[in-house]
Amino acid sequence: MIPELGHFALILAAMLAIAQSILPLWGAQRGDTRLMGSAAPLAVAGFIAITISFAALIWAYVTNDMTVVNVVANSHSAKPMLFKVTGVWGNHEGSLILWVAVLAGCSAAVAAFGAALPSALQARVQAVMGMILLGFLAFIIFTSNPFERIWPPPPDGQGLNPLLQDIGLAIHPPLLYVGYVGYAVTFAFAVAALIEGRVDAAWGRWVRPWSLAAWAFLTMGISIGSWWAYYELGWGGYWFWDPVENASLLPWLAGTALLHSAIVVEKREALKIWTVLLALMAFTLSLLGAFLVRSGVLNSVHSFASDPARGLFILGLLGIYVTGAFALFAWRAPSMAPAGVFAPISREGGIVLNNLLLCSITAVVLVGTLYPLFLDLLTGQMISVGPPFFNAATAPLALPLVMGMAVGPMLAWKRANLWPVLQRLWWVACMALLAFILTLTFAGWHVLSALGFACAFWLICGAAADIADRAGVGRTSLRNALNRARHLPRAAWGAAIAHAGMGVTILGVAGMGLAVEKLVAVPPGGSTQFAGYEWRLEGVRDFIGPNFTARKATITVLRDGRVVHVMEPSKRYFPTGRMTTTEASIRTSVAGDLYAVLGEERANEAGVNEAVLRLHNNPLAPWIWIGAGIMALGAAFSLSDRRIRIAAPARRRKDAEAEASA
Amino acid sequence: MTRKKRRLYILLLCAIGLGSATALTLTAFQDNLVFFRSPSDIVRETPPPGRSFRLGGLVEEGSVQRQGEYQGRPAIHFRVTDGAHVIPVVFTGVLPDLFREGQGVVTQGMMGEDGTFRAREVLARHDENYMPPEVADALKRSGHWNPAQGAAPAPATWNTLDPSRPAFAAPPPRSGS
Repeated sequence: MIPELGHFALILAAMLAIAQSILPLWGAQRGDTRLMGSAAPLAVAGFIAITISFAALIWAYVTNDMTVVNVVANSHSAKPMLFKVTGVWGNHEGSLILWVAVLAGCSAAVAAFGAALPSALQARVQAVMGMILLGFLAFIIFTSNPFERIWPPPPDGQGLNPLLQDIGLAIHPPLLYVGYVGYAVTFAFAVAALIEGRVDAAWGRWVRPWSLAAWAFLTMGISIGSWWAYYELGWGGYWFWDPVENASLLPWLAGTALLHSAIVVEKREALKIWTVLLALMAFTLSLLGAFLVRSGVLNSVHSFASDPARGLFILGLLGIYVTGAFALFAWRAPSMAPAGVFAPISREGGIVLNNLLLCSITAVVLVGTLYPLFLDLLTGQMISVGPPFFNAATAPLALPLVMGMAVGPMLAWKRANLWPVLQRLWWVACMALLAFILTLTFAGWHVLSALGFACAFWLICGAAADIADRAGVGRTSLRNALNRARHLPRAAWGAAIAHAGMGVTILGVAGMGLAVEKLVAVPPGGSTQFAGYEWRLEGVRDFIGPNFTARKATITVLRDGRVVHVMEPSKRYFPTGRMTTTEASIRTSVAGDLYAVLGEERANEAGVNEAVLRLHNNPLAPWIWIGAGIMALGAAFSLSDRRIRIAAPARRRKDAEAEASA
Repeated sequence: MTRKKRRLYILLLCAIGLGSATALTLTAFQDNLVFFRSPSDIVRETPPPGRSFRLGGLVEEGSVQRQGEYQGRPAIHFRVTDGAHVIPVVFTGVLPDLFREGQGVVTQGMMGEDGTFRAREVLARHDENYMPPEVADALKRSGHWNPAQGAAPAPATWNTLDPSRPAFAAPPPRSGS
């Protein structure tokens, strides 16, 4: 009964989405306020219907409803409750329900926060959101219905892929989806602006918070995915330039460019057409990512649920949305008059450079990701493009980007003088140079890592210099400067924090460039020297978990005879699904991670059972993800800026007008 | 600065950006494309030494030897087959959890002078029913699977297939799809 209710709610939501995509748009074209006013209630109603549907699916998982095919295929009664719930979006159908739920949530949020929007813009935005929603609802209803029943019900489910039974992967998809879907909102704003043929500062003020929020969630989603790959896959790496990873990186890169160019639209009314184009691209790349992941056309270590027929449907959706939006762009963009002249050396100029480099990196990553696919289609030749390509092709573009990141925020709008800014950055440059030299002195000839450390210090100190400069440190008393720093706009703080966060991430990446690993076979009681520690294998024993059995090694890590840490890497065997997973043991500290993986157990020449261990020393590894967290924090700071919150009084005024007219 | 001049600047910048991105992509492609080769491909045409490529096929039943050593590190020896030819492989590292005899595998590395493939990595898969498309393609080319006769049989049965016999029936479809 409950699953049918969920299915019904889903179809109801699709009907509401049809109304949402037609009525407000029609109303906006004819200037009919009643039709335009239907946008917000329809969006909220659609959100409620999809929430009911999502709740019904969760209910089926929680109660182990074995008559639902989706539950049978992806759940098991012995699974811990947390993973029963998170297993809902661990599969194709469930993850799509989550996707539309987030999309409808964004649509409802536009309705809730958008009361101050001009009603025609609000109506058009909601109509575009309705069209996107409709496409995905149709996709679910026609190709991937999660509420399909099976009779007679099997005694128990097939279980969830054990790799997915993990807290990191429980929160990674929702965050990523909020990010992807957030770009649906900026896309809708862009299309609405194209229909109206008008982009102004007010439009920029509405697009910016959405692109900021989407960017923050996407940043968190990507970093948690990378962290999961790091500790769960047990390969000791954090980024593999895998197609699925690239699929999430592409909208992030375009979204980062959008985030910056939207500031220019808001402040200076320049770069308008370009910003609209970026907004279209960010969502196009999100959809492309969804297509690549879902269709399985690309080889990936991460793709779980893939099906070519479904891929074709997404490709169709992608085609409709993208051709529609870009045709509209080609038709309407020339009519939007550019305004806000600026000199090449100016804040705007810096942001143009940022956009240019980010888009170049996006193009390079896109080509590298899709090239194997096209080559296979055209010539039938099988190739793969691995990390060396991406590192070699993106690093030279990332370097000037990072160098500009410290300079750009200190330039004045419209027309700036480069020399005084560089003068204020000289100590930052000295710090970067010092980091470069120190790395080469102490870590040996690792030029790329040294360059990474230099970039990291350049960014972190550059962000500090930016804040110090704005607060007037050196030009006024320290007390006065502190006071001024406290009252700087939050957006300025947000930018500085996010740029410093990027620096922290680069610090971690540079540290990982110095990582070392050792593969060794050790008998119980034996030990090996690695990374300045003595690693002693105490023994390997059996272990029984809630839904798995395991072989668990105990390794004592000693330094100068003193115990530093006890590590317990294991290999888990899951009887449901007959799968083995490797659980790495990681000791995290400020200076980096010690990382141990248990491999095979085998008898050596003397007949003693040895265990093969893979040991890693990953300097500064945790900072990669901490840096991403700092970036998201910077975005949150920027979101709390006064000029974004300022919409509130405008809303109050509107209410007052409504009361007066009533 | 006039609008025309500014536009010129921006166009110039864009051209430089696009140009450098293209140049970077092309040079990086030149050195870093990794080709896929099946055992038959290698026998037919010896790959250039010192160039990394991917070798894919099935892990030959009974060929996995976990006791070995290679350059002082614990190593695993196995053989990769596409039904027509066999290539010995040595790998120093921890094998992915889904590595099994009789199942599809893709390894990346270089050919050694003694005709043994030195794998730097053995690619893991998250799903045991998964057949890497390159491997499926290699098997097709070596005559072990005719797609016209239905879906690919379960990976576990591949190495027992005889090219002269018709392909097996498809494995039971997974429910829910």
